[in-house]
Amino acid sequence: MGVEVTLEKINAGFLLKVKGDVDMNTSSDVRGALAQVFEQQSSGMKALLIDLSQVRYMDSSGIATLIEGMQHCMKKGARLRLCELSPSVRDVFELARLGSVFEIFPTISEASAGL
Amino acid sequence: MKDNRAKTTIERERSNEVVSLVVPSHPKYLYVIRSAIFPLVMDAGFPKREAQRVVLAVDEACSNIIKYAYEGDYTRSYSLDITIGQGKFVVELKDSGRKPDVSKIVPRKLDDVKPGGLGTHFIASVFDSVQYDTSREGCTVLTLVKEKQ
Repeated sequence: MGVEVTLEKINAGFLLKVKGDVDMNTSSDVRGALAQVFEQQSSGMKALLIDLSQVRYMDSSGIATLIEGMQHCMKKGARLRLCELSPSVRDVFELARLGSVFEIFPTISEASAGL
Repeated sequence: MKDNRAKTTIERERSNEVVSLVVPSHPKYLYVIRSAIFPLVMDAGFPKREAQRVVLAVDEACSNIIKYAYEGDYTRSYSLDITIGQGKFVVELKDSGRKPDVSKIVPRKLDDVKPGGLGTHFIASVFDSVQYDTSREGCTVLTLVKEKQ
């Protein structure tokens, strides 16, 4: 069971779309995509949006990958915003009590607003 | 020679229904475990949200076996015996890797936001009982018990 990650350039920076299960086997793919973003990142990048609407499962390795991404963004002065969490992923965030740690938005357009 | 195929043996006994899985230690087979566990927890009468959390916690326990007991060796295997009935859901995971120092297995504080260490928190949060048995020769048995509310 794999994961697909696509990267789009948007006005404020990048939009990363993740599809599939993010677990110990696949989180390295997401980490690789994040590394690609940070390599391409120009100094003007305001935000990295991550669309999780197509992620039906995420484990602690997926959460760890997102935390690493958030910390990297913070160091670079950019924001990491998560969008459209599926109910199962939202529940994992709740279990990890990370709802207030990440910026989470119901839609991509709402996440893009104000950037 | 070890059989590395995802071998699933289903044994349903009348008195105590047990489903047994033997899984190669490659993480690409974690989804097989998740796929097997979810319907079993639902069949046992747990609500969907609880079932998803049980799946997550078992997945984390299996990932820990691969990472820590087998130290990333994907050529090994481990087993799960899932017992259903009498108001509880029990998962017994058995591996033949490096034995853990049980005193050091503690969920980390969640206010310390950092990558890693969440798996143990998930396991402890979801299951009512988490017990490691390192006394058996050549193997570690982790028994996870979820009581029906």
